[in-house]
Amino acid sequence: MNVVACVKQVPDTETLIKVKPDGSGIDETGIKWVMNPYDEFGVEEALRLKEKLGGDVTIVSLGPARALETIRTALAMGADKGIHINDPALEGTDAFTVATALAAAIKNIPYDIIFCGQRAIDDDSGQVGAVLAELLGIPQVTVVTKVEVDGKTTKVIRPIEGAQLLIESSLPCVVTAQKGLNEPRYASLPGIMKAKKKPVDVKDAAGLGVTIDVKAKVVKTLPPPARPPGKIICGEEPAEKAKELARLLREEAKVI
Amino acid sequence: MAKGVWIVAEQRYGAYRKISFELASTARKLANQLGEEVCAILLGSGIEGIAGELGKYGVDKVYVADQPVLEPYTTDAHAAAVAKVVKENDPSILLLGASTQGKDLSARLVGKLATGMATDCVDLQIVDGKLSARRPMYAGKCYGEIMVSSFPQMASLRPNVFPAAENSKAAEVIKFDPGVDAGQLKTKVLEIQKDTSGKLDLTEANIIISGGRGMKGPENYVLLEELADMLGATVGASRAAVDAGWRPQKDQVGQTGKVVSPNLYIACGISGAIQHLAGMGSSKYIVAINKDPDAPIFARADYGIVDDLFKIVPELTKEVKKLLA
Repeated sequence: MNVVACVKQVPDTETLIKVKPDGSGIDETGIKWVMNPYDEFGVEEALRLKEKLGGDVTIVSLGPARALETIRTALAMGADKGIHINDPALEGTDAFTVATALAAAIKNIPYDIIFCGQRAIDDDSGQVGAVLAELLGIPQVTVVTKVEVDGKTTKVIRPIEGAQLLIESSLPCVVTAQKGLNEPRYASLPGIMKAKKKPVDVKDAAGLGVTIDVKAKVVKTLPPPARPPGKIICGEEPAEKAKELARLLREEAKVI
Repeated sequence: MAKGVWIVAEQRYGAYRKISFELASTARKLANQLGEEVCAILLGSGIEGIAGELGKYGVDKVYVADQPVLEPYTTDAHAAAVAKVVKENDPSILLLGASTQGKDLSARLVGKLATGMATDCVDLQIVDGKLSARRPMYAGKCYGEIMVSSFPQMASLRPNVFPAAENSKAAEVIKFDPGVDAGQLKTKVLEIQKDTSGKLDLTEANIIISGGRGMKGPENYVLLEELADMLGATVGASRAAVDAGWRPQKDQVGQTGKVVSPNLYIACGISGAIQHLAGMGSSKYIVAINKDPDAPIFARADYGIVDDLFKIVPELTKEVKKLLA
């Protein structure tokens, strides 16, 4: 079973995001960069499939030079090799363009299943996995919390609003990982040492034969809308405070 | 030239989901500014009868494909059907819901139609004849304004944010052949396990009552359940509570859980980690109940009570019961 896991390097969830004064993006000073948590579930699942069924795990990441650390993290967890798509012209483009580059890198390697995170926690766009599947001409199963593979098909659990679906898909396919799929392992010290020697192939758009044609653009980045200052409800007894809260919710906010 | 504002309506078990009406009335508003018509795509089996209902929310034409192969939803069948009718009609704007189904379908369509999309939008405007979309990024720690330069300009709408305003039109219903062959489908829904709790999903709930580490254990969530039952609310949880195994994964609100926008969010015993604040910060009204006056949640709350939730919540339930009686 040959498995591909796509990973993206993103700001740690602890990061306080600061918008640049001119609205051209976020201020990256002091950001701690980590593997997108949803991609980590994908890498872990890829490693589990390899351990069960044999084969290779290839990590593919699009990002600047620093993204190599994230590829090395996945290699240290146990993946075999990496492809690093590093091209400034591909940075900050859109899901279609990114997926086009990923598809170009993946189409020439053997794969039975491709994992992506269900979304990256930076742009929260949640499109790349599905677009990648379309460009490779294979099915997708998205936001998945359980994966079982038997030779030619996979059965997955996909939670939706008010229900859970059991879906069967032919292989190869793209699976996008949701929290709950597994508990990702930590890289071991020997794993970290070994990862340094594992091969990482570096590609740019031209090398992949990708023409960049941007379809969507973030034209402005803004801080979240300010919230008016709140009210602390005072009172002697809990009952008194609760009564005042209920009154405010009914009469002032009109939400109950 | 690309023309018309199109939506993909969403139905489940033969009934519209609320997002369909939010889509229709948002599309109507945009179409009025452009002087164009609103068309909806409705897919499923045995659903032709409900097609005309979309007229009530301002839809001019409903393109319906009514075939067993389209029920239940699969990405391959629905994406093929939508792509076919969209390519034949060349709309300028295509809107879907950012529901679980809408997210899955819209992303596949971005690939099929080779276009761009703004996901999970909270505001849409027409600027110089083009769609301008506003959406939270970094789970709401900042916002982006997106312009799509290819056609159709796609956007998915966060449920529960856009109003569903009535605007009666006599919608024309047009049947089309989705051109989907069941033998070609690569995915199949084997089983649907329905949640029998009767509660709305967090992403669809008008009121959410969430409990965090301060709940002290899974057994105490019954306090929140009682208040939730009274208000028709859904109970959520912080990551701390989910990681402790007190609540299921699907209940987690935050940057690695669900991002929610209810009318009212009541945070009980939640300190307000940045990841949690990101996930619920766009709620219309936020209430914080916490013993710790320095908890960061109070900086976001419209109403705060600094006290023991085990004393406040039962009293609040009593008060709400009186008010609603």
